[in-house]
Amino acid sequence: MPIPVTMPALSPTMTEGRLARWRKAEGDTVASGDVIAEIETDKATMELEAVDEGTLGRIVVPEGSSGVKVNAVIAMLLEEGEDKSALDRKIEAKATPIPMTPPSLAGEGRVGVSPQTQAPAPPAAKLNGSARILASPLARTLARDRGIDLARLKGSGPGGRIVQRDLASAPAAAPAHAKQTHAPLPTEQGTLIPHNNVRRITAERLAEAWRTIPHIYLSIDCTVDALLQARENLNTRAESSYKLSVNDFVVRAVAFALRAVPEMNAQWTAAGTLRLASVDVAIAVALPSGLITPIVRRADQKGLAEISAEVKALAEKARAGKLMPEEYQGGGFSISNLGMFGIKNFGAIVNPPQAGILAVGAADKRPVVKNGALGTASVITLTLSCDHRVVDGAIGAKFLTTAKGFLEEPMTMLL
Amino acid sequence: MDDKFDLVVVGGGPGGYVAAIRAAQLGMSVALVESDHLGGICLNWGCIPTKALLRASEIHHLLHHLDEYGFAADNIRFDITKVVARSRKVARRLSMGVSGLLKKNKVKVYDGRGRLTAPHTLVVEKDGKSVAEITSPHIILATGARARQVPGLEADGDRVWTYREAMIPATMPKSLLIVGSGAIGIEFASFYRQMGAAVTVVEVLDRILPVEDEEISALAAKAFTAQGIVLHTKSKVTKLDRRADGVTATVVTPTGELKIDVERVISAVGIVGNVENLGLEAAGVKVDKAHVVINQWGETGVKGLYAIGDLVGPPWLAHKASHEGVVCVEHIAGKDAHPLDVTSIPGCTYSMPQIASVGLTEARAKAEAQASGREIKVGRFPYVGNGKAIALGEPEGLVKTVFDAATGELLGAHMIGAEVTELIQGYVVAKTHETTAQALAETIFPHPTLSETMHESVLDALGRRIHF
Repeated sequence: MPIPVTMPALSPTMTEGRLARWRKAEGDTVASGDVIAEIETDKATMELEAVDEGTLGRIVVPEGSSGVKVNAVIAMLLEEGEDKSALDRKIEAKATPIPMTPPSLAGEGRVGVSPQTQAPAPPAAKLNGSARILASPLARTLARDRGIDLARLKGSGPGGRIVQRDLASAPAAAPAHAKQTHAPLPTEQGTLIPHNNVRRITAERLAEAWRTIPHIYLSIDCTVDALLQARENLNTRAESSYKLSVNDFVVRAVAFALRAVPEMNAQWTAAGTLRLASVDVAIAVALPSGLITPIVRRADQKGLAEISAEVKALAEKARAGKLMPEEYQGGGFSISNLGMFGIKNFGAIVNPPQAGILAVGAADKRPVVKNGALGTASVITLTLSCDHRVVDGAIGAKFLTTAKGFLEEPMTMLL
Repeated sequence: MDDKFDLVVVGGGPGGYVAAIRAAQLGMSVALVESDHLGGICLNWGCIPTKALLRASEIHHLLHHLDEYGFAADNIRFDITKVVARSRKVARRLSMGVSGLLKKNKVKVYDGRGRLTAPHTLVVEKDGKSVAEITSPHIILATGARARQVPGLEADGDRVWTYREAMIPATMPKSLLIVGSGAIGIEFASFYRQMGAAVTVVEVLDRILPVEDEEISALAAKAFTAQGIVLHTKSKVTKLDRRADGVTATVVTPTGELKIDVERVISAVGIVGNVENLGLEAAGVKVDKAHVVINQWGETGVKGLYAIGDLVGPPWLAHKASHEGVVCVEHIAGKDAHPLDVTSIPGCTYSMPQIASVGLTEARAKAEAQASGREIKVGRFPYVGNGKAIALGEPEGLVKTVFDAATGELLGAHMIGAEVTELIQGYVVAKTHETTAQALAETIFPHPTLSETMHESVLDALGRRIHF
């Protein structure tokens, strides 16, 4: 009989989690102990290990799904000799609740959870069954100074207490959060602000992109009155369950346009042009220390509310320095929005290995000529920067007009 | 005879008997092999009997300073044999206590010497005869250490003593030469000086109590010199001429060679591990400089063979041995054991004045900080600024604390003065649990106590000292 895999409770207080990523695809063989997915709580990302073996018959909860209730069935494992037809009968059946399974007891439950090898360890205190984090005063001081989240550490002191040595091996706060460790140094010429990691990496990547990628720029104006109206209507109904931004619409429009114009969702590689299989849209987030681009994976398969929630969560994590590498590495296309600063239009630098970045300006009232008469409309100027090696002007134009179409008539994004 | 146990401990000192009791608590069947006295050197010939002697010397001191407190007494005398008898009685009482504890915990005690014949087999020998053969998957060696003998300065038990003879004098010596100024040498120097002997201490290094913080060591030297103890540092005893009525020692000092006539000599130049006749070679246990080589769990590298305490090296302290024993046993039992942190082992010298410390000295902390681009903060507070110290008539003393400047980590604490050996534990708890300067500053210390000096020292490191 197919075996249900359920959302584990990673802590006694956890009621729901986010299915961050599937590490196995449907049809993959799963051995006991294999990591099949990554589950994210507000505190940490944990690996979900299979206890049973079989074939991953069906993924019930797609990657990136937030708010997945504990004990909800997230996938079905087929036992040896079973085929997919067995699934249809089983999925309706109620899943057995799975008790919380601490890592050390992984073998005893249906699913076990173990901390990612390189990623931060699970919240120590939570695993101890207490909301209080046990840590020495020195560990607290050091964590505060270095920007390390104690909830992500496992304590090696008495009773699992986090002590100084646990911080020595702690993952450095995500690059975004890397604290400026050196104070500004006054020199004769001025004040030297030493580079932090994010600034250094941002600089290296931008310089490399500018040196190696032949850029072309295409601009287009989009009338967004309908979009603004749709946004207002939706937000009125939301009852604070979501609050859509113009940018959320842009993400969805871009995702749809990438799906419609797959030539744009591509990368230059030495061997050939790589057409990407999934539509992953990266959003540039400005930090005091530099830029980081968290990614909305499979954005073309997500609704506006889901995109909105995800972008918001990613941006918050980016600012808190808690992004996991897989959350900001990769991606097929970027969006950079300076509209909130009143910028009308600008040209961005392509974020390699991606082939395009869309610079989004402010939505403002502008005089427009409509049916031969002068009137006003809310207009956004989009400027596409393309890697000309991958994308010719005509393709870029096709992509831009497609995106424009979705933005000007947001109803079409429902299709 | 072939007896089987979950665990066997060889040696019944503070390392061995504590390990045995802890193992019994964890449900193991335990045997302990001891050839002499339960409680080991510590209880029978070290820590405890010397504390009894030092107590006598403190009373002696007080009786000669009664006037300060408004008392008068004439014809104050003491009988050294009675002082020694009391010390022996104390040791005997505690040794019997250990026997009772082992019994209560159902630890089987073998009277004899343990010798390994194979990694998991031990023969117990008494008077040269094998009296038992014990097998166990886990054997902990805790045979301790003994006084180091230096060629030419060998102890003879008559004119040249080790700690052992020094704590059971039949008559009170009028003059003494003490070779070595570690805790043992200094405690005997203090005892005999307070009891009225003329005492000279010779130290090879440039200061007495060389493991202590330099500032504390200098204050100790000043106090001892004021009491009349003659200190020769950077000096070496090169020759001992033993006669029936005394010894003439040749001492090479930085200012020239001295001939010192004394009634007795105490050799306190360190100790060596009791690694012999244990069958270590046959078992394949690695020995380096007369100490068994182990890892952080007491494992010798030979499966099932462990070693703890003085046998494995410095610091040669009873509480370090006990802690190692517990760590070793808990590790064997698969408990969540934590290796011993050498920077959190307190050291105490029970002289007058007392000296106590934990962690890094100021010089060491400074050197380590410089090597890693850090800075330290040092706090000091003198006893003279403490109400209780003044009331007790003990205004001499200093409490010094060393912190990492940036994090407030307590790196070391160094104390000299009345009762500091009892006080140091406050800092040991703080250090072990990584309490910072800020957290200590926020702690309430009772008034009036000597412990307030500990608070003030921390406040001083933060630039907030109040009472001085």
